[in-house]
Amino acid sequence: MFQAYYMPQTVQEAMDILSGHKGQAAIIAGGTDLVLDIHEGKKNFSAFVDISRIPNLRSIEEEDGFLRLGAAVTHAQANRSALVQAAAPILAEACGKVGSLQIRNVATLVGNVVNAQPAADAAVALAALAAKAVIDDGTTCREVLVEDLYAEVGMCKVNPTKEIVTSLLVPVQKKRQGSAFVRLDQRKALALPMLNVAAVVQLDESGERFEWARIIMAPVGPGPVRGFEGENLLAGAAASRETIMQAAKAAVKHANPRSSALRGSREYRLGVLPVLVKRALEAAVIHAQKD
Amino acid sequence: MDLMKLSFMLNGEATEIMVDPSDMLVDILRERLLLTGTKKGCGKGECGACTVIMDGAAVNSCMIPAMKAMGTTVQTIEGIGNPNQLHPLQESFMDEGAIQCGFCTPGMIMSAKALLDSTPHPDGAQIKEAIAGNICRCTGYVKIEKAILSASEKLKG
Repeated sequence: MFQAYYMPQTVQEAMDILSGHKGQAAIIAGGTDLVLDIHEGKKNFSAFVDISRIPNLRSIEEEDGFLRLGAAVTHAQANRSALVQAAAPILAEACGKVGSLQIRNVATLVGNVVNAQPAADAAVALAALAAKAVIDDGTTCREVLVEDLYAEVGMCKVNPTKEIVTSLLVPVQKKRQGSAFVRLDQRKALALPMLNVAAVVQLDESGERFEWARIIMAPVGPGPVRGFEGENLLAGAAASRETIMQAAKAAVKHANPRSSALRGSREYRLGVLPVLVKRALEAAVIHAQKD
Repeated sequence: MDLMKLSFMLNGEATEIMVDPSDMLVDILRERLLLTGTKKGCGKGECGACTVIMDGAAVNSCMIPAMKAMGTTVQTIEGIGNPNQLHPLQESFMDEGAIQCGFCTPGMIMSAKALLDSTPHPDGAQIKEAIAGNICRCTGYVKIEKAILSASEKLKG
């Protein structure tokens, strides 16, 4: 189990501890996934580097058309933030669906991404919003789209023994943009999603045609899956029920859910997925058409 | 494996205790500080029986490393009311019949207290959200929600 518990006050301090422990120390923020993995023997480290006290990782700020959410920002914080509710409403909504209030009070958005479960609520919303993770490896900082961080199920391309995601950059919603988040679940709390769908759409000035759409579906693959075929049908198309219905059917082409006692059968979920995509697109269009 | 010193405010008292870095908060509370009001139902954050309030927020103490409490203010069920003067939540839970076996009760009351501390006049939806992470196998929740509403009304006056 862990032999030391560090609480650095700066990112540099955290990086120094990580490199000093040569792969045996890991970053912990809220720890609501990590602690369980350790208790179940799935992961093992000798030291923890708790970044939740680092002052500049706890803020939510707007800069240059983006929201910057620090790595220690919790789901509860994001869900309640007036900034997030205005600039990226599906993120506020998705964060409010994670686990329970007790979990949302400590668990972080960045943890939700780095833990790399494909249907993680905040991560699905972040992927739909084309959000980026800012990753510090001790020498440089790089920005990577959240949707590009998934290697395999449960494996993120960020190495928590060597790198720290310091913040998330989320584009602020623009005029005639709309979004929606649809979750299929067995209970209203303490329930993993059977399916999560998030849609972000850009309509033209008149609000009658799509300029583009982004559709994310999960868990139907190792990471959040883009509904490219549906998105392509919508580009330049009329924002009508018919086009949305066609796009929803096309979007699920690469959705590949397994049958799971926890998430539902493959057949059932493939059956309902186009309906959820349709609902998400319709709601996103209504949102975009509002003045 | 070196022990580390954990200092925090617990139920209004400055508390210092040596802990192992792998200890969870619930075990420190129950086994070391003998505050057994906080219960262990699942040990993995899925039932809420272990709910305590940390810096004003309800948290599952079974999945919080003890060292995370460093410098924080923690309140457990033992810190609510006292035998001579019950907290309105404790009174209402009894009066409304919101307690059967009692195992979920400490966690429920802590979740409710965290809610009322930040939202003195919650509506039904806010009450449901506040206790959505607390499982009760006995009561069916209705009387628990009623008790929380009733306590909030008592606290109003």
